[in-house]
Amino acid sequence: MTYLNSFIFCGLVCLIGQLILDNTKLTPGHITTLFVVVGAFLDTFNIYDKFILWAGGGALVPITSFGHLLIHGAMDTVSNFGIMGLFMGMFDLTSSGIVAAIIFSFIFSLIFKPRD
Amino acid sequence: MEKSKYQKIVKKYTPKPPILKNGVVAFIIGGIMGVLGNFLVNFYSYSFDLSSKDASVFMIITLVFLGCLLTCLGFFDKWVNFAKCGLIVPITGFAHAMMSAALEYRKEGLVTGVGANMFKLAGSVIIFGVVSAYIFGLLRIIIMGV
Repeated sequence: MTYLNSFIFCGLVCLIGQLILDNTKLTPGHITTLFVVVGAFLDTFNIYDKFILWAGGGALVPITSFGHLLIHGAMDTVSNFGIMGLFMGMFDLTSSGIVAAIIFSFIFSLIFKPRD
Repeated sequence: MEKSKYQKIVKKYTPKPPILKNGVVAFIIGGIMGVLGNFLVNFYSYSFDLSSKDASVFMIITLVFLGCLLTCLGFFDKWVNFAKCGLIVPITGFAHAMMSAALEYRKEGLVTGVGANMFKLAGSVIIFGVVSAYIFGLLRIIIMGV
């Protein structure tokens, strides 16, 4: 059942992005940035956790989960260190995605030649 | 010719994006990406005996790897042209943005090319994510305690 839910959730997020892209002058960069901010906003009031419960891994695939993970990591350290924790734990959970993107991009840019 | 008249004619002949077709394609491709993500989470948590939270980290790394590799091999640009937001909105779009920036500036050298420009397209996601998460985190501390 989570497979169907994740199809619907991830498809709907992509559909919203596509509608914004077609009907306004925003570029794909604007849309991904907007979606990260929306994801962070939704997680502020624990709404995004409900999506993850409902859609399983499908809710973690869109870029909105990036904002969700940023604020989730920050809140974990806030519970231990107070307001200074906002500076300490923000990248705790997202580091895997960022580090993987940096490492793979660097290694592949050494190996492959650009096309076109 | 008057400017408004001219613009009317231009508007008449500019091709409109096929909104319905693009939307359906983005929905289906995005949905397939979601199913793939969910499958990978289940697969990792089953075969490596991980909690679903740790397995989702593995899933994100796998998707980023696939996005980078397929961009290098040249498939991904064609697929993005076809599916547009179906592939840009998932985490593969983030990997694609970083990889294509790294490839594009590779000829300017490692430090001034790849190192300086890797975050040229994907940087805005991180900057705005961190700034908004900080502001929302402050809001949450003020409103809800922790």
